[in-house]
Amino acid sequence: MVTLELVGVNKIYSGVYEHQVLFDINLSFESHSCSAIIGESGSGKSTIMNIMGTLDTPTSGQVVIDGKPISSMNKTQLAELRNKAIGFVFQFHYLLPDFTVLENVLIPHLIRGRGQSKNALDRARNLLDTVGILKLENKRTTQISGGEQQRTAIARALMNNPKIILADEPTGNLDSVTTQKVCEIFNEIKRRFNTTFIVVTHDRSVAAHTERIIEVKDGRVISDSSTGV
Amino acid sequence: MFPLRIAIRFLKSGKGQTILIIFGIAIAVSVQVFVGLLIIGLQTSLTNSTIGNQPQITIRPAGDGITIKNWERIISQIQSVDGLDEISVTVTGNALVPNDNSTLPILVQGFDFQSADRIYGITESIYRGESLKSRKQVMIGRELGEELDIDIGDKIPVLIPDGGTYIFEISGLYDLGIKSINKSWVIANLTTAQRLFGYGNKVTEIIMTVEQGRLFDADNIASTIEETLNNDDIEVTNWKDQNEELLSGLEGQSISSGVIQVVVLASVVVAISSVLSITVLQKSRELGILKAMGIADRDASLIFVFQGLLIGLIGAVVGIALGLGLLYAFSSFTASPEGTPLIELYIDYNFIIRSWLIAVLSSTLAGLIPARRSLKLNPVDVIREG
Repeated sequence: MVTLELVGVNKIYSGVYEHQVLFDINLSFESHSCSAIIGESGSGKSTIMNIMGTLDTPTSGQVVIDGKPISSMNKTQLAELRNKAIGFVFQFHYLLPDFTVLENVLIPHLIRGRGQSKNALDRARNLLDTVGILKLENKRTTQISGGEQQRTAIARALMNNPKIILADEPTGNLDSVTTQKVCEIFNEIKRRFNTTFIVVTHDRSVAAHTERIIEVKDGRVISDSSTGV
Repeated sequence: MFPLRIAIRFLKSGKGQTILIIFGIAIAVSVQVFVGLLIIGLQTSLTNSTIGNQPQITIRPAGDGITIKNWERIISQIQSVDGLDEISVTVTGNALVPNDNSTLPILVQGFDFQSADRIYGITESIYRGESLKSRKQVMIGRELGEELDIDIGDKIPVLIPDGGTYIFEISGLYDLGIKSINKSWVIANLTTAQRLFGYGNKVTEIIMTVEQGRLFDADNIASTIEETLNNDDIEVTNWKDQNEELLSGLEGQSISSGVIQVVVLASVVVAISSVLSITVLQKSRELGILKAMGIADRDASLIFVFQGLLIGLIGAVVGIALGLGLLYAFSSFTASPEGTPLIELYIDYNFIIRSWLIAVLSSTLAGLIPARRSLKLNPVDVIREG
């Protein structure tokens, strides 16, 4: 079953000069699949990610999530969709510095308007345990290392049990040892959580952990192949 | 509630900025409370001293008439008029008292003592001797007593315009707090004055006070009386007709107080909205993250409305405390050596609650401006900027 689909997506940034960054992108992602989108810096892979995550809109073409085209949704419905169905992991983790590690993980749940129940706390702690930083739950996010911050962001992405996890250069800011650890966490997530996992990276070794590699160059998909993982 | 939680965290994270803005609101509210209460106190003491212990509505004979006939019927007609408190009658007449080789003009005030006492507070004002016990007694004021150099128990001859002289005994000396009254009023019983001037059962004035809190409604109450009586032989006057200068003074004070308060409030609104707008910029990254994670625009805006509300709540309370402190300090620093304050303190709780509510409301409204700005923030811009 297809969870996420891009149909004929084009993206043109208009300013003083018009600049097309995506050309007729057609991609579909099966439920529970694990894919990587790779490409050089400026290839358009992050734009694809932002469009898939409903953070950005295509100039033309359609994004379909769970069979529903998102163009028919208003801002509030899109926000609700992002909160319930999508978990983001960004290169710069984007944690809230005024909150603790545990509170950051809880945020998607709190945004959903559900109070800080015992169940939610248990789930958040469980996720922190999965990513191996439970002992840091009461630390401010500014007091922990880059790798630990990224693990917090991964736990946060999983909090609302989303159908899709979108990770944009999740290891881009980490050293090779930490990158390896984060990849192991992603493998663990693939195994334990039944999510559709899409990672955007320029690092082929990270992409090698996934089942499918889509290569993007100059805004076009130039290859789409299975890794056999 | 999540937006409230975020609002509190944002305020805590910029402690210095939050304290500064709360302090700013507090200063503004304290000025508002201080100036407002000072002017209310000033107006209250001025009004009380000018018209407090006096009739606020008077019925007199119209034109050249001197006396009112059928005054009992008039009283029974107006008794049910809404807003009236005390009703009394007087017989007033000019007379003279000898002083060495000359005479002093006086005003004989014949009162229906019990009801008039409730209007003028005569008994309270007696500082020597006692109230009237017989028709042969009168009371005189402090200044007249000093001028004539007479005391209680002494006799005072009263010369009336038709040439007769009547001797009265002084039962008491009063001080009504107004020199012109103390110097001229010789207070007698109603029947004593009626006999003295030969008015029979008639009176010269029907005097009234209005209910507490309706002082400034006296003109309307007087109009109602006029309509109720519909009598051309009499005229109804009220304190507002006779104190136009006082009224315009009070109005001027109210306007200036209002202007100060509006200016102060406007500065509060501008200050809060500009500081909170800066917060939108400072926290745009966090807002972008929250939006990416699915916070609805409405909830994101609520963060700033709550911030306005919270700093307004705290700032207004601190401001009121500061304002009251200022008022007490002002009152004690400007007191006379005997401890009498220059301006009497009058704590108007309604005014304080109103000021607090207005400050909180303005502060919350000020939060709407940054809240609108936050709506424009697009999460992808934050994500792209890194």
